[in-house]
Amino acid sequence: MDDEGLKTRVTEALKKVKDPELPGIDIVALGMLETVSVTSGRARITLLPTFSGCPALDLIKKEVVETVRRVDGVTEVAVVFSFDPPWTTARISPEGREQLKAYGIAPPPAAQRPGDPWEIECPYCGSSVVTVENWFGPTACRSLLYCRSCRNPFEAMKPVAHVADERPRPD
Amino acid sequence: MTPEYRTALIELLYQLADDNFILAYRGSEWLGLTPHIEEDVAFSSINQNAMGHAAIYYQMLEDLGEGKSDDLALLRPPAAFRNAVLLELKNGPGNYWDAPDYDWAFAVVRHFFFDVFKSIRLNALKKSSYPPLAAAAGKIVTEQAYHLMHWETWFVQLMMSTDEARRRMEKALSLCWADAGGLLSLGKWGAVMAEHGLTATEAEWRDQWRQAIGQSFARVGYVPIGEPGMAHGDGRNGEHTADLGEALSILSEVYRSDPQATGW
Ligand SMILES: [Zn+2]
Repeated sequence: MDDEGLKTRVTEALKKVKDPELPGIDIVALGMLETVSVTSGRARITLLPTFSGCPALDLIKKEVVETVRRVDGVTEVAVVFSFDPPWTTARISPEGREQLKAYGIAPPPAAQRPGDPWEIECPYCGSSVVTVENWFGPTACRSLLYCRSCRNPFEAMKPVAHVADERPRPD
Repeated sequence: MTPEYRTALIELLYQLADDNFILAYRGSEWLGLTPHIEEDVAFSSINQNAMGHAAIYYQMLEDLGEGKSDDLALLRPPAAFRNAVLLELKNGPGNYWDAPDYDWAFAVVRHFFFDVFKSIRLNALKKSSYPPLAAAAGKIVTEQAYHLMHWETWFVQLMMSTDEARRRMEKALSLCWADAGGLLSLGKWGAVMAEHGLTATEAEWRDQWRQAIGQSFARVGYVPIGEPGMAHGDGRNGEHTADLGEALSILSEVYRSDPQATGW
């Protein structure tokens, strides 16, 4: 198989790799995959970390190496992480947003801009009558919320845009 | 890369790494001791993030040939550390394992001061002449808004709360103010860093920090006395308190006895 065909197969295989902290969604749908290149059977994959201090990166790298190594024709796998461009929540695909919801996590707004209010819909009933219980959840990328309509607690993925140039107000 | 550029870059990376490393450790000593359970979750997440940021900077130092990143964090002597002294000071009387009598007001003011500064510093580093640093800063800064909001919420609420809260916060404010100057210092290589476009100048981020903190002070009707000081010395030049040595010996105890034990 030629390198171009291998590249397609490698990209397909990567759709089976999940972030261990977000098991419902694959890393391609999450927008972590920046580039795949294959040269004479040697695959090189560039991933963008969702959160810079994410402790799951080593596990993701290991899983990517194991998965891609099993693709017929691949002889070598190299994985690099890059902050350029920075990952933002705008990179999550429409399928990824559905996968998150199915897992009980409200996806972030598709097009968040600096200063925008964070509009969140309950992943169970779709209501927007929700309250933030804690901006910080079980992992860096999630917050804890409560739905006033169906009375379920749920998690939401924090919007990450280029917001930090402006100083947010806590109210 | 000229030798002078390289030295200034390495000094700067140690400042960034050590600031995040030591404050994440002080924060982690609050685990199970914060005012309520939601704060425990939030504070742990902030500490984990900051420790992750430290790891990114230590990795850059490793890439520059300074040694293994874990060794850099855990095996250097205190005098080699470049963190601001304010960030190494103990959380209060007692020890984590023995009658901790920590000061929440001090934690709130210290983290608030630091996170306001961290945002200003990251925004300046986005334009750094060292591309890996500029890229990392561009990413880290996207997450900073949540930290800043968290500490600002605590700061404003406690300052506007009861008389006792106000009294304790003002005590913490004068303690932190006395060493806040060390946060804003770039150390003896600062002029070289700025000259080579590695960072903004010390004067620039001092002005920005004073302005940002001044706005928050105005909101709660607080007026500081004098300028931010360096009561315990300039950590950027390797001056530190006994608190740092103590923290480092606790942090590195397991690693020194068996480097394999700290792997995942
Ligand atoms: Zn609902």
